[in-house]
Amino acid sequence: MARVLLMQGNQAVVEGAIAAGVRFYGGYPITPSTEIAEGMAKRLPQVGGKFMQTEDEIAGIAAVTGASLGGVIAMTATSGPGFSLKQEMLGFACSAEIPCLVVDVQRVGPSTGQPTSPSQGDVMQTRWGTHGDHWIIALSPASVPECFDLTRRAVALSETYRCPVILLMDEVVGHLRERIDLPDNYDDLPVVRRKVPAGAPEDYLAYQAKDGSLVAPMAPFGSGYRWHVTGLVHDETGFPKGTPAATVAQQDRLRKKLTDHLDDIVTVEEYRLDDAELAIVAFGGAARTAYDAIDLARAKGIRAGLFRPVTIWPFAEKEIRALAAKVRGILVHELNCGQYVREVERAVQGRVPVLAYSKYDNESATPEDLLAEIENAMKGGAGK
Amino acid sequence: MSLKFVTARCKGCGICAHFCPKQVLMITELNKSAVAPGKEGDCIACGQCEMRCPDYAIFVTKEEG
Amino acid sequence: MKEALVEKYFRPGRLPHIWCPGCGNGIVTAAMVQAIDREGLAKDDVALISGIGCSSRVSGYLDFNTANTVHGRALAIATGLKMARPSLTVLVASGDGDCSAIGGNHLIHAARRNIDLTLIVFNNNIYGMTGGQYSPLTPQGSRATTAPYQTIEPAFDITALARAAGATFTARATTYHTPLLTDLIAKAIRHKGFSIVEAVTACPTNYGRQNKMGNPGQMMEWQKDHAVMKAKWDTMTEDERAGKFPIGLLSERTDAVEYTAAYDEIIRRAQA
Repeated sequence: MARVLLMQGNQAVVEGAIAAGVRFYGGYPITPSTEIAEGMAKRLPQVGGKFMQTEDEIAGIAAVTGASLGGVIAMTATSGPGFSLKQEMLGFACSAEIPCLVVDVQRVGPSTGQPTSPSQGDVMQTRWGTHGDHWIIALSPASVPECFDLTRRAVALSETYRCPVILLMDEVVGHLRERIDLPDNYDDLPVVRRKVPAGAPEDYLAYQAKDGSLVAPMAPFGSGYRWHVTGLVHDETGFPKGTPAATVAQQDRLRKKLTDHLDDIVTVEEYRLDDAELAIVAFGGAARTAYDAIDLARAKGIRAGLFRPVTIWPFAEKEIRALAAKVRGILVHELNCGQYVREVERAVQGRVPVLAYSKYDNESATPEDLLAEIENAMKGGAGK
Repeated sequence: MSLKFVTARCKGCGICAHFCPKQVLMITELNKSAVAPGKEGDCIACGQCEMRCPDYAIFVTKEEG
Repeated sequence: MKEALVEKYFRPGRLPHIWCPGCGNGIVTAAMVQAIDREGLAKDDVALISGIGCSSRVSGYLDFNTANTVHGRALAIATGLKMARPSLTVLVASGDGDCSAIGGNHLIHAARRNIDLTLIVFNNNIYGMTGGQYSPLTPQGSRATTAPYQTIEPAFDITALARAAGATFTARATTYHTPLLTDLIAKAIRHKGFSIVEAVTACPTNYGRQNKMGNPGQMMEWQKDHAVMKAKWDTMTEDERAGKFPIGLLSERTDAVEYTAAYDEIIRRAQA
């Protein structure tokens, strides 16, 4: 049986989290993500989980990492200012390989910016927010049903690759209400959980993957496998080791455990792209404008299509290169001053013109706005 | 009574010698705790050195009988 | 500490520890080990979470479920762990800077919630790892590398701060008073609710030297001379108390509900 519901994106994240097996939430209220905290406060104890409103943003993600060390699937949600505050803990989770889900419902920044207005200005903060070289997964939903699906997907990736995963939402999608079909209960939906060790505790090394993958099993604290967690550079034993070789080994493994699995991690959606001359690249709330704008363009005889990265990080490099090989121009539309477009330009390497429609005026583009940009692009380099 | 020194862990801080009520202990020129010459028989096994050693480098055993 | 306890509770091959000659952190660690041993806890059932700084390295030495985490955040991380695994005995080791400055917010809120964590504050009055800068627990008028003329900031009484915030068990001892320190940590572990034990410990290298406190033995003599047992402290006049501090069990309350137990009631309500 399914329930047909009218639901907000933030609420769909809550339901997706419950379905994904999230049983701990620690976080701090912040617009436009607060409905996620409110929803988790209500839903978690119903399923035996626990919710905490922490004293600040940092404590939220800190408690999440602690709960995750205890073997519980855990998450937090925030928006730009809070996301900034969480960055140091995110780096700790990357280094110590502690799975957790962090939802960032983006708003206009910097600083307080416009709390209730849409923006996609955290694209690069998501990638490079914490200090030091590191690798991260970020997914961006464009609809309410996708908020449910990608929350589950984000948790699954986090548990599979033993790393933090960012669900990079924006105010458009977070506060959007639309139809969603949900199962009556989530018992039939698979829950992906981290590998746990099976051998003798004395043989367990918390950062040694014996199965050929680069992801070691992670024993919950209290399960009989005593191990040590540190944010210092460490070797497979988990204890600090600051040698050049250990430093390189850790960095390489943290990178390769993701980059060796790009086919699993990176997903994109295409819309009317098969015969397109002009590809619109857009994600999240900005992509919603693109569907209609492309239909309008098609009605005018312009062969435009949408390339929508669902995985924002790691960057869909291979897919963008393939796109550049088959279209005559690319127009990147994002709700910021131009962040994702820089990556697109880097990957395209000048093979086709890459244009930007950057909108940063607190409002989403209308399909007509984007249509005008498409028409301009066709008049310029992209249509020749 | 016997004193056991784990020399590799001793950092020569002198806390053991400072609080030894019988002045049995000293810090050598090599910056290690040791029994002072002629004091071998004076230890009363009070355990203060073991109790306060920050480096777990000295252990006191009381022999029975 | 008896050699058998070193063998039982320290991870093989991790000693000698990184602490300087005469640093009291090793004595506090010994007190923790003896307290845990006295309470008869299985190593699998103990977690030790620390922040960043000299004392926070303690987690790497002891054979429990351990984490050397992020500066100031040990209590917040421990809070999440305790929520996930209430059956674990969760200890938190934190330096004076770690838990009263950068982590001060987490301290007052962990205390307010009365979550069943035992916080051991390694109070050496200084930031040792970074070379001797003043912390909120550096006595006013001290010298530090960032207070070359002297500190003008009054110090927190961290046990009073925790008590005011709701901590249901507060205690203090020094590394000189080792048996008392062990006893208080054991009691704190047994206490159901948030407990804090301030361990006054000497930093000869980065506090003692700048403040002409003498050698490590003399710094421990200072502890002996300035610490007063709580029972006697309570009979002293303000004048007599000047420059001294009380040690012992400073407060204990059993009237407040522990946080994870309170949340279990929320689960029952939500599922009713």
